[in-house]
Amino acid sequence: MLRYVIRRILYAIPILIGVNLLTFALFFVVNTPEDMARMQLGVKRVTPEAIENWKRDRGYDKPLMLNSAAAGLAKVTDTVFWNHSARLFLLDFGKAESDGRDIRHQIATRMGPSLAIALPVFLVGMATYITFALLMALFRATYLDLSGVVLCVAAMSISGMFYIIGGQYLVSKLWNLVPISGFAGDLSAWRFMVLPVAVGLIGGFGESSRWYRTIFLEEINRDYVRTARAKGLPEGRVLFHHVLRNALIPILTGAVVAIPTLFLGSLVTESFFGIPGLGSYTIDAINSQDFTVVRSMVFLGSLLYIVGLILTDISYTIVDPRIRFE
Amino acid sequence: MIFAFKPVVLWTDALIFALIAAIALFVWYTIRHEHLRAPWRKVMRSTGGMMAATVLSVYVLIGILDTLHYQRALPLEKQTAEMRFAPEVLSVLDALTEPLRLKQERTFSAPFATHAHSKETMQGADGTTRRDYPRLKFGGAHLKNPQTERAADVARGVLQGIALGALIWTLASVILTGIVAAHRKTSFAGTSGALWRGELDVPWRTVLVTLGGLLLVGCSLAVLSGRYHVFGTDKVGQDVLWLTLKSIRTGLVIGTVTTLVMLPFALVLGIMAGYLKGWVDDVIQYVYTTLHSIPSVLLIAAAVLMMQVYMDTRPEIFDSVTRRADFRLLFLCIILGVTSWTSLCRLLRGEALKLRELEYVQAAQAFGVPRWKIMARHILPNVFHIVIITTVLGFSGLVLAEAVLSYVGVGVDPAMNSFGTMINAARLELAREPVVWWPLASAFVFMFLLVLSANLFADAVRDALDPRARAQVARPSFHWRRAGRQAGSGA
Repeated sequence: MLRYVIRRILYAIPILIGVNLLTFALFFVVNTPEDMARMQLGVKRVTPEAIENWKRDRGYDKPLMLNSAAAGLAKVTDTVFWNHSARLFLLDFGKAESDGRDIRHQIATRMGPSLAIALPVFLVGMATYITFALLMALFRATYLDLSGVVLCVAAMSISGMFYIIGGQYLVSKLWNLVPISGFAGDLSAWRFMVLPVAVGLIGGFGESSRWYRTIFLEEINRDYVRTARAKGLPEGRVLFHHVLRNALIPILTGAVVAIPTLFLGSLVTESFFGIPGLGSYTIDAINSQDFTVVRSMVFLGSLLYIVGLILTDISYTIVDPRIRFE
Repeated sequence: MIFAFKPVVLWTDALIFALIAAIALFVWYTIRHEHLRAPWRKVMRSTGGMMAATVLSVYVLIGILDTLHYQRALPLEKQTAEMRFAPEVLSVLDALTEPLRLKQERTFSAPFATHAHSKETMQGADGTTRRDYPRLKFGGAHLKNPQTERAADVARGVLQGIALGALIWTLASVILTGIVAAHRKTSFAGTSGALWRGELDVPWRTVLVTLGGLLLVGCSLAVLSGRYHVFGTDKVGQDVLWLTLKSIRTGLVIGTVTTLVMLPFALVLGIMAGYLKGWVDDVIQYVYTTLHSIPSVLLIAAAVLMMQVYMDTRPEIFDSVTRRADFRLLFLCIILGVTSWTSLCRLLRGEALKLRELEYVQAAQAFGVPRWKIMARHILPNVFHIVIITTVLGFSGLVLAEAVLSYVGVGVDPAMNSFGTMINAARLELAREPVVWWPLASAFVFMFLLVLSANLFADAVRDALDPRARAQVARPSFHWRRAGRQAGSGA
C-alpha cells in the first residue's frame, strides 16, 4: 500500500513539471515581458526606460531559461524561469504585481472563506442529491420518476448565474432576509453564508441528481439485485441494503477528486457574493491583469487536482477490495 | 445600383460553413448505410428529441442568417469612381431586423413602453421646465394617446401576429403532410388523419404543435416589434429583442465551432494512443493528463489574458471592431477546445484499446493491412458514435460556459453580443428603483430554451446511439406516454 502511494506521488511530478513549463511558455514566451510591460504601463507613449525599469523591478530582465553571462550554477538559477516558475514547486509564489503583497499569505488567509462556502455545499449537496436520486430510482418508470428527471433537466438548463441573481434579488432585496453580499470573520458569518450555500446547492442539483440516478439504475440491473429479489426481499431492503451500498462506491470515489479543489472556492459565486476567498482573488487578478497571481493559481489548482486524483486512487483501493496494487 | 454589396467571410463564418459541409457529408454518408441510419431513425421517433430538434432548428436558422456577412456599397460619387464599401460589416439578420437595430432610444424603457423608464427635465412649449417621463422616439410613437390606445393596439398586433402565424403554419403543415404522404405512398387525407391521431412512426404531430407555438409567438413578436420595443431597451437604448437575437449566433458558434476545432486532435491522438500503445500511448496520455489537471477556467483565463496582450500590442492586425471581436471569439473557441478535448481523447483511447483486440482487427492485421489503414477503416467508424454523443452532450455545457467566462472577463469581446455580456451588463440594473428586469428576463428565456432543447436533443441522441443504454430496461426517456403505460402495467 505504501509503495503504491509513493509510486502514485512520483507519477505526479512529471505532470506538475509539464503544467509548470506550459504556464511558463504561456506567460513568458508567447508574450515577452516587454509586451506585458507595455500592457501594464499603457500601450502608447511609454519610454523604453520605463519598460526597462518595470522589468528590472520584477526581475523579468534576465534571460528566460539559460543565462550565458553567468558562471557555474548561476547559469540556470539567474533566469526568469528559475526565479518565477521553478519556485512554484516550493509553493513560493512571490509578490502580486498589482499591489506587491505576498501571494502565499493571501492564499493562506483566503482559503478559509472559500472553504466555508464550498464545504457545506459539497457535504449537504451530496446528501441531498443522493437522497433525491434514490427516491427517483425507487419510483423508477413512474410519473414521479419522470417528473423528477424533467425537473433535473430543466434545472441544469439554467445558467448558474441566474440562480445567483435570482436568489440575491428574491431573498436579499425583496424579502430582506440576509445581506446581499459580504463576509464576516467571526461566528456571525453564517448570515452571509446561507444564501451562497443555498444557491450552490440548487445550482448543482440537476446535473448531480440525474447522474446519481443513472448510477443507481445501472446498479439495479445487476445480477445480485435480481438474486436478492428472488430471495423474496422487500424492495426497500433491496434498495437501501444492497443497491445503495454498492452504488455509493462509484459516487463517493468520484467525489473524492473534488475535495482538495474545494479550497479554491467558486469564481462566480464568490465574486457575486463578495466573499474574500480564492475565487474572488482570482477574478480580481484577472480583471487587474495580475499575471503572477493568475500563474500561481493555475499551479495551485493543478496541484490540488493531482492530489485529488491520488486520493481517488487510494480511496478506490480502500473501499473496493477487488482492486489490487501490484 | 443601390443593393450592391461585397460578401465578407469572417473566420468563424468560414468554420461554420465548414461545419455545415461536414454535417451534410455525414448525413449523405449515413443515409446510404442502413446500419448507420437505424439509430437516427430512433432519434426521429422520440417525442422529446423531435420537439427539441424543432426548437433548435429555429435557433440554427437565426444563427445562419447572422453568419452571412457582407459590406454595403457606398453611394458612388462619380460614375467613373471605383466601387467603395462601407466599413461596417453587416449580416443578413441585421438587414432583416434593420428597424429593430436602427430604432435606438436614449436609455432604458420597459417592454411595450411608450415613455422612458426614468424622469427627465423637459422644456414645455411655454418655456417652463418640468420633470416627467419623456415619450420614446420610436416605441409606440404612432399612438396619439398612449394611455387609452395602447392596450387595444397591442391586442390588434397580437391578433395580426396570430393570423400571420396561423397562415404560415397551415402552409407548413400542408407541405409536411404532403411530403409524408408521398413518402408513405398513401392518400393525403389518410396521412393527415394518421398524423393527427399520432399513429405515425415519427411524431410529426409533436413537431407541428411545437412549430405552431413557435410561429404564433414569433409572428406576434415580429408584428409588435415594428411598433414597440417588445422586450424594452437597454442602458444605451438598444432594443433588447435585437440584442438577444444577435446573441444566438455567439452561443451557437461557441457550442459548435469549439467541437469542430478540437475534434481532429481528440480523434487522431485518442485512436493512436489506444491502437498503437507503447511509447505513443505514454506520450499522449502524459499530454492530456497534464492539460486536464489545469483547472479549465484558469487555463482559459490565462490564455485569453495572454491573447489580449498580443492583440493590444499589435493593433495594426485587427482593423475593425467586427474582425477583432470575431478573432477573439475564434480564439475562445480554440482555447475551450484545448481544455475540452482531453475527456473525449481519453474515451476514444479506451474504446480503441478494446477494439484492437477484436477478431476483425486481428484479421486485418494478419492480412498485412497497414496500421494507419486499420485505424482509419476499422477503428474510426466504430468509435464515431462516441464522438457524436460527446459533441451533442457538450453543446449545452459550452453555451452555459460562455456566459460564465464573459462574466469573469475572459469571454467574448465586450463589443460582441452574447448572453454572457447581456447578463453581465444587466445584473447591476436589478438594484435600480424601479427595477430593470427585462434584459435579464429576455436573456434568460432565450438561453433557457436553447440549452433545454439542446439537452433534450442530446438525451435522445445518446439513448439511440449508446449501445449500452439500449440494454437498460427502466429508462423512461421523454416519451410521456410510454412511461405512463409502463407505470400503469406495473412494469
